Amino acid sequence: MAWDEFFVTGDPLIFGAQISIVLTIIGIVFVLTKYQKWTWLWKEWLTTVDHKKLGVMYIISAVLMLFRGGVDALLMRVQLTMPNAEFLDSTHYQEIFTTHGTIMIIFMAMPFLIGIMNIVVPLQIGARDVAFPFLNAVSFWTFFMGAMLFNISFVIGGSPSAGWTSYVPLAGDELSAGIGQNYYLLGLQISGIGTLLTGINFLVTILKMRAPGMTLMRMPMFTWSTAITCILIIFAFPVLTVALAMMTFDRLFGAHFFTLMDGGMPMLWANLFWIWGHPEVYIVIIPAFGIFSEVISTFSRKNLFGYKAMVYSMVVIAFLSFIVWVHHFFTMGAEASVNSFFSITTMAISIPTGVKIFNWLFTMYKGRIKINTAMLWALAFIPNFVIGGVTGVMLSMAAADYQYHNTYFLVSHFHYVLISGTVFACFAGLYYWYPKVFGHKLNEKLGKISFWLFVVGFNVCFFPMYFLGFAGMPRRVHTYTEESGWFDLNVVASIGALLMALGFMVFVYSIYYSIRYAERLTTGDPWDGRTLEWSTPSPVPYYNFAKVPEVHGLDPYWEMKKQGEAEFDVNQVELEPIHMPDNSAVPFIMSILFFIAGFGLVFEWMWMGIIGGIGVLITMIVRSFDPDEGYHVEVDEIKEIERKARRKEA
Amino acid sequence: MGHAHSVNPNKPLEYQTEKNQMNILGFWIFLGAEIALFGTLFVAYFVLTGRIADGPGPKELFAIKDVLIETFILLTSSFTCGLAIHEMRRGNKKGLMTWLLFTLMLGLGFLYFEVMEFIHYVHEGASIQTSAYWSSFFTLLGTHGAHVALGVGWMTFILIQLARRGLNATTARKAFIISLYWHFLDVVWIFIFTGVYLTGMVM
Repeated sequence: MAWDEFFVTGDPLIFGAQISIVLTIIGIVFVLTKYQKWTWLWKEWLTTVDHKKLGVMYIISAVLMLFRGGVDALLMRVQLTMPNAEFLDSTHYQEIFTTHGTIMIIFMAMPFLIGIMNIVVPLQIGARDVAFPFLNAVSFWTFFMGAMLFNISFVIGGSPSAGWTSYVPLAGDELSAGIGQNYYLLGLQISGIGTLLTGINFLVTILKMRAPGMTLMRMPMFTWSTAITCILIIFAFPVLTVALAMMTFDRLFGAHFFTLMDGGMPMLWANLFWIWGHPEVYIVIIPAFGIFSEVISTFSRKNLFGYKAMVYSMVVIAFLSFIVWVHHFFTMGAEASVNSFFSITTMAISIPTGVKIFNWLFTMYKGRIKINTAMLWALAFIPNFVIGGVTGVMLSMAAADYQYHNTYFLVSHFHYVLISGTVFACFAGLYYWYPKVFGHKLNEKLGKISFWLFVVGFNVCFFPMYFLGFAGMPRRVHTYTEESGWFDLNVVASIGALLMALGFMVFVYSIYYSIRYAERLTTGDPWDGRTLEWSTPSPVPYYNFAKVPEVHGLDPYWEMKKQGEAEFDVNQVELEPIHMPDNSAVPFIMSILFFIAGFGLVFEWMWMGIIGGIGVLITMIVRSFDPDEGYHVEVDEIKEIERKARRKEA
Repeated sequence: MGHAHSVNPNKPLEYQTEKNQMNILGFWIFLGAEIALFGTLFVAYFVLTGRIADGPGPKELFAIKDVLIETFILLTSSFTCGLAIHEMRRGNKKGLMTWLLFTLMLGLGFLYFEVMEFIHYVHEGASIQTSAYWSSFFTLLGTHGAHVALGVGWMTFILIQLARRGLNATTARKAFIISLYWHFLDVVWIFIFTGVYLTGMVM
């Protein structure tokens, strides 16, 4: 293979990206060397098994991916602003909408939420870490390496271009002859391992590691949402694993699962994809519901209205999410009874979702609402999500769907649910829990500016798309004619996209600004919180709780404060040595080997795939022989750390 | 949460520590995910059954004698694996290791016959590239076989650890978990035997 086949050449945009990647890497290496931070990076981050640090790394990666996916989005908006534009050709446009969708769902939304789960769940249930800290590091690194493998596609070898749904035969090796589609298959496969492990890890954590007294029905709502999400992950992700493997076999080894020849069945892919894919959209929305529940309850200064109804509605939504998948292809031509069944199950989801919406409203009713950035995101979520939900019900009617299918109406619908649901929740959660991790708040003024830019921009961008859809504009077209009448609304949408980009930039700046200038907190409880995470100092000591608290009801920390028991004096409580897990380099190395194996398979260099695969097996053996005994933090050391963290005099 | 350092006589060795309990629960949940994985493979197999294009069908090719030997070997290995855990519960390290070794040998025997069977099919003109039916056949069976192969390797390393470190809560947990895995593969095989071979011979 010649070098100009290996690297993507001939496009100035990509050439610019290649140069900037090289410069960024040189810059990072230079800074790390100059400030002698390599050991720090290795010891504190690359080999850590601490759930808080892994959470931070998840969120940083997710924000980077939000940037990458956002740039993709802006490129598409630039191309679509004018009719007959020639900014991007059709191939390049297809690559961009493919990577935009895949990155936003798999490498932005999920890791952002999993990052928040990592930071918050053990703290909310009074645990010292997750059930399997080592596995948690494997989860992160496989996600990260999978994401990197997918992301390098646009500079090395070429991007996938068959859409994030990768329908066959388009994604088969005849119509997508390059290696781009292989990146999709291997990148998702590798990061999928991490997601499945996260699901198992957090479910066991929640089932087995709750503080004494915290029954299931006393768990904070975000923990509940995580538990339900884990169950969705555990049963949905293996389906994706199999579907991806089948397509990989089709493309690499000439199998015939989805081919047009020799008995293959293209619609089998669509079915398998959406049997995973529909639970997947609930995997990214249920934790969002959990975040909003926490934020709304805290800033309404009331306990959550209808706690039990909130739990049961999530369970019902999770169950229904497995039996609605056909609504993604009503137009496939299944008989009327099949479409009717899936219409009804889809509509049924709006019932438990409606219950949740009303419960949030009733939580706020007669509450002393405090408006800040986190709460603003939660407030904006409700009406915007309702718009997304109602248009979803419109789409769920199979007969009507023949009209909406594959138009901008659909594009607008899923952006309304995914952005106002998941993305708003990520921002709300970040603003809400950021002080817990870093010991200072994010700047409120900048937060509000970015909020208004983003939310207004979001509506300006996506609301017109409903009408573009009615006007017949199909999704995934790279251009349109002037006579189509779609010009003016596309201009409006592009202005909205620009506002969202500005909002994102202000958000990133606000992190920088707050790190430098924000006032350092003297308390671990800046919001007058209700759940156990606020009883720890900020930043949280690595063992989380010097003494595991006892729980007597819902909102335990709020109750402790009311009873006057919240003050934690390290000299008055009896402490025991704390057992903590050792750091490990195995997850990082294993994931690099996964990357090597994946890269080899992408290029169909089997020798490289085999070397990587054997390497992965060796790291597993190394791990199996590791006694993994951990170490104990002694009482004196705990006292010292607590005094410092709680800023008490020595 | 109490610290479970003291020995509880009512619980078997592998359940003695909290960490072990979590590991075992985690593995049960992992097996739940495995059910979803094999469930998907079975669904694909049934959907693609009969789509043999110009290639041979299952009835003409299935080497039912080999399959019976494989079935017999694998079911026996599940029995010996059960005996191993039985000996472990009695605190008999030698018995545990002996029966695990039997299980391991039977696993290897199963793999030998399965590979022979696959080679036979390929010689008769049925490979993963022949038709959708054979793609799904080899993927389903291959996934099961790969699991068995992984289990054989895994069991080898657990045997080494048992020999070196003796029978303690950690090694007991590891032996117990691989026994869960091994029984699970047996259950999958029963579905394969019924759903793939018997159905394939009859239909």
